[in-house]
Formats: sequence, structure tokens, C-alpha cells
Amino acid sequence: MNSEEIEKIVEHHTGRQGSIMTILEDIQSKFHYLPEEALRIVAHRTGRSLVDIYGVATFYKAFSLKPRGKHLISCCLGTACHVRGGQAIAEEFQRQLHVAAGETTADNEITFETVNCLGACALGPIVVSDGHYSANVNARKVGQIIRHTKAGVYRTSGDSTHDTFPLEVSCPHCRRSLLDNENRLGGYPSVRIRVSAEDRSGWARFSSLYGNFVKRYEIDVPENAMVALFCPHCSSNLQGDGRCVQCNAPMADVRVNEKGSVLSICTRKECSGHMLDLNGTTK
Amino acid sequence: MVNLTINGVPVSVEKGTTVLEAARYLGFPIPTLCHKEGLSPYGACRLCVVEIGEAPRTRLVSSCTYPVEEGLFVRTASERVVKARRIIIELLLASCPQSKTIQDIASAHSVRRQRFRQEHEDCILCGLCVRMCKEQMMAGAIGFRGRGRSRSLGTPFDVKSDVCRLCGGCMEVCPACQARCTYNEPEKAICGACANLSPPCIEKEPFHDMMCYMTPCVACEIKK
Repeated sequence: MNSEEIEKIVEHHTGRQGSIMTILEDIQSKFHYLPEEALRIVAHRTGRSLVDIYGVATFYKAFSLKPRGKHLISCCLGTACHVRGGQAIAEEFQRQLHVAAGETTADNEITFETVNCLGACALGPIVVSDGHYSANVNARKVGQIIRHTKAGVYRTSGDSTHDTFPLEVSCPHCRRSLLDNENRLGGYPSVRIRVSAEDRSGWARFSSLYGNFVKRYEIDVPENAMVALFCPHCSSNLQGDGRCVQCNAPMADVRVNEKGSVLSICTRKECSGHMLDLNGTTK
Repeated sequence: MVNLTINGVPVSVEKGTTVLEAARYLGFPIPTLCHKEGLSPYGACRLCVVEIGEAPRTRLVSSCTYPVEEGLFVRTASERVVKARRIIIELLLASCPQSKTIQDIASAHSVRRQRFRQEHEDCILCGLCVRMCKEQMMAGAIGFRGRGRSRSLGTPFDVKSDVCRLCGGCMEVCPACQARCTYNEPEKAICGACANLSPPCIEKEPFHDMMCYMTPCVACEIKK
């Protein structure tokens, strides 16, 4: 555990009322649990008593004071999921992962837990892995969910309710594929695009999974800077007409699939803004 | 100033006063357990329930947390209030029969039976000690942990707190863990010894009032 990282998280939220929950959420998403030292630092830095922080941390089931695995799978056993066979699915998970509910696998990969209701009863039985909701789960899908979870397919920057699915990405101008089969992100080919920021230029890799906002830059880009994206084949600028709904930065357009749908991605380094237009046509 | 009617008596109190304070100002007794002057109202024990509003649309609220309203009708001892209060006392007896504070309240309200499953807890989660520690002692060493059935009181991580000065303020205000009722029949929820006029110290003559846990003790008062 790194106390500097915790200080940084607290710093990020200082000056805002009622920020304890968000601080604890950030710490939990970073370390997968709340270390004792972290709570002491939060109490010290926010000026609250440790018992207040500890009370919040123990009140909510979403927080854990015990170390958890990298991935979290929650199986719903609420009334609606239960009558649709949630119990059998929970047992199947326990059998395949060799852990009891609430425990972590020996390799510290997956923590499995049961929850009492996720509020999406019509989609039951529901399993949530890393914030991704899998609806109408049956025992046959359990193995697939575990495989995908381990591969990091479901890991997204925010809580996404979308399915993640791989996209065939190509240049809108020369129509050549932007996928790089040799370098994979999240188990799927990465999208390789030439980028330039300020006076530097180099390569950037994006995940080809829709809903997975992993962006990797091979050059140093200052935080929150805008980058220009270029096709590696025909070197044309990919910048489109749109503006990002989240941060108002210019969007870059790429062509997806064969029908010519357009995926716009935000050119700001940290922003996850994107828009998939299935009916749009490229110029 | 806010005008309201308590048990038919019109009263005018300052804005922000609670119904409990207004009723006590008029001299109407309302029993409390988790209320203490100098500590913020909490509304945990519900002993201070009163009936507000006009028939047939009345409701029960905890008077210690309910601020006065213009034209409010309050009844502090209606049939509904007394019934609710006695059930609450039974519930308190069910969890903490060894508390002298609770036994005294039970005696004062003529509660003669306890119909719930008997438990022997050391804490009724009234939060008096938490507020004492935080608001009067300025320490914030103890607090609530967990929730629901597993809610408990104590220090974070169950280790001695760095900010605790061992002042004893928490034990001073506790209605459950300090003043013990020393009745001899643990299977019986209701002691009743304090309710009759023959306190145990009369039989324990050689000890005089040294062993007596009753303040004020009726026997001692008579002797004087």
C-alpha cells in the first residue's frame, strides 16, 4: 500500500462536502479493499474522527476491510433472481472457483460474493462482474463469465451498463484496418493510431472493446491535453465535426464494421467520451 | 414565537424548541432514555413518543426530535401513546433486563410482563456515549460500526483509540452497562424490587446504605 497514492486521492476530493463516500470508493477501486492505514490517512486529512470514517466503511456492504481479489463477481440472490435459479448459479460459481461466498480465490484473482438485490429483477438471474451486468444467466454461462472476468473484458473506467463487444475499426479515408493483432488489450486486438501532441508524435493504442476506455499513449502527453489522431496508412487527420458531450473537445471519427458506421472518440487524453453512430456514413 | 396546544393547554414557545422541551416547560412528564441535556437529540429509544395532529389523522412522533409547529396539537399521554410506550419498554426489557434505568422506567409505567424473546444484551444502541464522547468530551473515540443485526458500539478496529483520554464520560451516561439491576432471578425480565416500598437494604441492615444502588432510596429517606 502506498500512502502517497491515498494522499493524492484525498487531495483530489478536498474542499467538497460529503466527500467521504467518494474518497472511500476511489480507494476501494484502487486497492480493491480499504486498508486500515488508508482509513487513518483519510480521517487525518479530512479532519473527521477515525470512528466516523470507520462507521461509513463498515455500514456499506460495498466497502470491504479485508483484502479482495482483482475482480469482483456478485451473484444476485434476491427474491426474483432466487425463483429463477440464482441459487444454482451461485453454487456453480462456488464449484468452479473453489471458494465459498464472500471469499477470494487462492491466486487473488476473483472475489465471489452473493448480494440480496441489485434492483434489476426483470433481468434476473443477474451476475455483476467488475460493474458489468450479465442478465438471464444460466449455469452454462458461468464458465464464460469467469473467463471474461479474468481476461479483464469487463473492466471499464466507470460503471457501464453497456455490453462490451469488440469493434472492427478502420480508417474512414483509406478504409484500411486500424487493428493490430500482435498487440492485444483486454484479450482483443488493439487499435493502433498515430498521434501527435504539441511537438511530439508517436503511437497510441486503444482497446477495440466498445465500453472499455483503455487508452495507452507511447509518447508523453500532458494531462487533459488534446491530441491529433492520424491514420497510420494514409496519414490523414481523423478529426471529425463533432464535439465531445463530456468535455467539448473535438472528436476523432473512425469507421467501424463494414456498413460504414462511425465511432467518434474524444481527443482529450483523459476523457472517455465517445459516440457510436450505427447509421452514420463516413465521408 | 410559535403557538401550540399541549394536552389542551395553549403554550407559546420560541421557534426551534422541540415538543419535548415545550411539554416539560409546561410540566407534562415525558419519559426519555436517549435524551440528555447538552447532547444533540437523537430519537433512538422512542420512549418520548407523543401523538400529534387532530383526530382522526394523528400520528406518533418522537418528541425529542420534533420541532414545534404553529397550531400543533400534542397529546403526551393519550391511550395510543401510553400503549406504544409500554410496548417500547417491553422491547427494551427484552434486550437489556439488567439495566436499572430501564427497570425503573418499567416500574414507573406499571409494565408487569415482557412478551418478547428474552435476550441479555449489554447495549441498547441509544448512542448516548457516542454523543457524549463527540460533543462534550470533544474526542470522537467511539462510534457505531456495521449495521442491522451486526451494529455495534466501539472503537475503530477494536483497538484502543488514540483520541480516548479514559475520561469515563461514556460509562457515566450509559443506561445499560453501568447502573446494574441486581435482582436475583435472571429468567424473569421484570425485577419490580424498586417499585415496592421495601428496598433490599432493609434486610441488609449491617451494610446500611453502602450496598444500596437506589438513589434516592426510599428507606434511607424514611430513616432520615
